[in-house]
Amino acid sequence: MRLYEYESKMLLEKYGIPLPKRILVKTPEEAAKAVEELGGKAVIKAQVLTGGRGKAGGIKIANSPEEAKKLTEEILKMKINDFPVVAVLVEELLNIDKELFLACTYDEVAKQRIMLISDAGGVDINEVVEKDPSRVYREWFNPFYGMMAFKAKKMADFLKLPKDADRALQSVIMRLYNLAVDYDTTLAEINPLVLTKDGKIVAADAHIEIEDDAMYRQQQRLEGMGIHDRPSTPREPTEFEKLAEENDMSDHRGVAGRAIDFGGSLGCIIGAGGGSLTTFDAILRYGGNPANYCEVGGNPPVKKVYGLAKLVLSKPGVKGLLVCHNVYSNSRVDLVARGVIKAMLDLGINPAEYPVVYRGAGAFEEDGYAILRKYGVRYYDRRLGMDQAAKLAVEMLKLIEEKEKEGKSLEEAQKEVAQYIKTEEFVKKVLGEEVAKKVLEGL
Amino acid sequence: MGVFVKVEVNPEKCKEAEKLVEICPVDIFAVKDGKVVVVEENEDECTFCNLCVQYCPEGVKYTKLY
Amino acid sequence: MGILIDENTRVVVQGITGREAASFTEWMLDYGTKVVAGVTPGKEGMKVHGVPVYNTVKAAVENHDANTSVVSVPPRFTKDAVMEAIDAGIELVSVFTERVPRSDVIEMIQFAKDHGARIIGPNSLGSIVPGKAKLAAIGGPTEETNKAYTPGPVAVLSRSGGMMTETCSLMSVNGIGQSVAINVGGDPIIGSMFHELLPLLEKDPETRAVVIYGEPGTVAEETLADYIKEHGFSKPVVAFIGGGFVDKMPGQRFGHAAVIVTGKKGSVEGKKEALRDAGVLVADYHSEIITLLKEVLKMK
Ligand SMILES: Nc1ncnc2c1ncn2[C@@H]1O[C@H](COP(=O)(O)OP(=O)(O)OP(=O)(O)O)[C@@H](O)[C@H]1O
Ligand code: SF4
Ligand SMILES: [Mg+2]
Repeated sequence: MRLYEYESKMLLEKYGIPLPKRILVKTPEEAAKAVEELGGKAVIKAQVLTGGRGKAGGIKIANSPEEAKKLTEEILKMKINDFPVVAVLVEELLNIDKELFLACTYDEVAKQRIMLISDAGGVDINEVVEKDPSRVYREWFNPFYGMMAFKAKKMADFLKLPKDADRALQSVIMRLYNLAVDYDTTLAEINPLVLTKDGKIVAADAHIEIEDDAMYRQQQRLEGMGIHDRPSTPREPTEFEKLAEENDMSDHRGVAGRAIDFGGSLGCIIGAGGGSLTTFDAILRYGGNPANYCEVGGNPPVKKVYGLAKLVLSKPGVKGLLVCHNVYSNSRVDLVARGVIKAMLDLGINPAEYPVVYRGAGAFEEDGYAILRKYGVRYYDRRLGMDQAAKLAVEMLKLIEEKEKEGKSLEEAQKEVAQYIKTEEFVKKVLGEEVAKKVLEGL
Repeated sequence: MGVFVKVEVNPEKCKEAEKLVEICPVDIFAVKDGKVVVVEENEDECTFCNLCVQYCPEGVKYTKLY
Repeated sequence: MGILIDENTRVVVQGITGREAASFTEWMLDYGTKVVAGVTPGKEGMKVHGVPVYNTVKAAVENHDANTSVVSVPPRFTKDAVMEAIDAGIELVSVFTERVPRSDVIEMIQFAKDHGARIIGPNSLGSIVPGKAKLAAIGGPTEETNKAYTPGPVAVLSRSGGMMTETCSLMSVNGIGQSVAINVGGDPIIGSMFHELLPLLEKDPETRAVVIYGEPGTVAEETLADYIKEHGFSKPVVAFIGGGFVDKMPGQRFGHAAVIVTGKKGSVEGKKEALRDAGVLVADYHSEIITLLKEVLKMK
């Protein structure tokens, strides 16, 4: 879970890391008042769950309460990288001498916590460090020894600050490490950590992420600080995504969700984690136009697959369906088939007349195939690769859209294509003679 | 009746209704007026695990409808 | 001798009385794996599919000479369970549990390092040497396992459990069997990364080629590429990375630090480039794995 800057700073404060004076506000009027309280001049900072705010215009200096009001009004309307600005932090304007960088995260290769320190702090840290990696000093930590004073000393010494500032920096390093361990952070970053003209060390920005899998032991005390758990979504969910999420949450068994709206015409019921990625990739590579991404796995109950399939099939713009799952050991082919067929029947769709490419294999596949046969759906088994299934589906959609261009109604086009894709000719055309023969044999 | 599975139970032959409710992993049985009944909306969840039949061979039967 | 495990491996299952562990224990036994004991504190004396249950790993080792453990306990107890196994002398621990916090994971990995033990996972569905033995839930029941996994010359290392079975099934359908298949685990920090398993495959006379199934995020594939460049590897390696579209998704924004630590971004294109650069054959489509394998194995 990513924390807002103001939440991150609450944690830094708890650990005694020096911070600028600051006031969180939600309206332009409050901002004006806050600037007055801070002496008539302050920094106005967008509170948003993404980085690069400064570059996007989300950080501005207000030289008067009136200006603060105007700036806040603008900033509150902004979206940065698709994220809404939820509030504004009005902050004491620091007199900056140097901008430093300090962070604690995990090194996946060393399999330890690592701390990074640099004198190239600020909004361009990544560019600077890419050109000159020697500007960063790294220190790794054996989890059983943790932070040791000499490590903080070594790190601070890399920057060669004046004596008092060096001491203060060592203390910030140790405190940040302790915070990271105590709160299960995957990232605790201070950028910039400011050295002020009068020699003080102050955290001007903070970016903390707490590991979702550790929330079970963090949630309670975060709640106590007024920091609430929130889903980590890259943007606000669409209506389709919300409904899919609700459907998935309706039962704790298995997954039939993680839907992402893509707005295209090929509906997808794909699984599971890795299988969905692989199938979806192939759809895009073959120039397909998917309506959605999703994941079905962990053997969800029929009703969850049914709910998801119904959402996908009735999604505006969807003209055909791809059902494609990897050979799995725990999700049953027959249960997925039941969900999909039931959704069709409920929507008044005759499965035999609907364009669908269906590939499934694994546990209870014979039952699954029996169901699909009964309802007239052409299915494929493990001999057909997942990307090959994707290719068939992409070509199927192209055929439907061609027929529509010829002036046929969508229903006519769907009906005709639904029949054509069951022929050997279609499979041969798309996958070649040799593959077609192999995947169709005995079906 | 489900679309894919039909489960039938004879309450006269399966007297311990609660036990059957407890045994089925997908909630196909319920107790109504002290008697065991089939929850129709859950019938399609049947996994053929056979636990119900093992428990009450005389009184429960499930049939695939495909 | 198989890689990591074989028909003589003596397995203890920690958390054996759990629903999932109980079912994969049955599958392992049915496949011919020697599951000699189980551990669930407070349930000593019980039996699960005929396997005796103990309170401690120590008792399982003393009474049954177990040398390998499969851990399937709730996330909050996983770290301790793994360290208990290693402390009792277990050399290989396969961690099935997912969602273990990273700070626990680094501790158990450090503990293993300090004691000379190896961890696979966490979040690993298991490993298999077809025809000999398997750990945890990989492949499911024997009938399913046999459809997907067949003995042969190719080692498969995968970050995804489901796609490992899919990949091996596709290989088997096409007459290409496996010397070993290891689901290294889906988490960012794992006990054995691709490059750390490579030396075992280099040594193994039965392995003639290697298949890697990668995913977006982390630098597992880049690190493998660096390793091959630096240390060399004498057998052909074929790789496929699922999920390239994630590169183009909005909202994939990391903090500055993540990029600085690795100097890389974990993008799928970046991974493919790094692997190609190290001489690895990269498949763009999943079924291309077969085409490439047939080439390097000189089949046709
Ligand atoms: N209180 C302050 N006083 C003076 N200058 C400040 C203050 N807070 C921020 N700044 C300036 O604004 C720049 C950008 O601010 P900040 O780092 O908070 O936002 P950001 O652009 O989101 O950062 P990032 O690039 O790390 O995501 C800082 O590098 C600093 O130069
Ligand atoms: S077979 Fe199993 S799932 Fe089906 S009704 Fe009986 S107990 Fe329930
Ligand atoms: Mg910043």
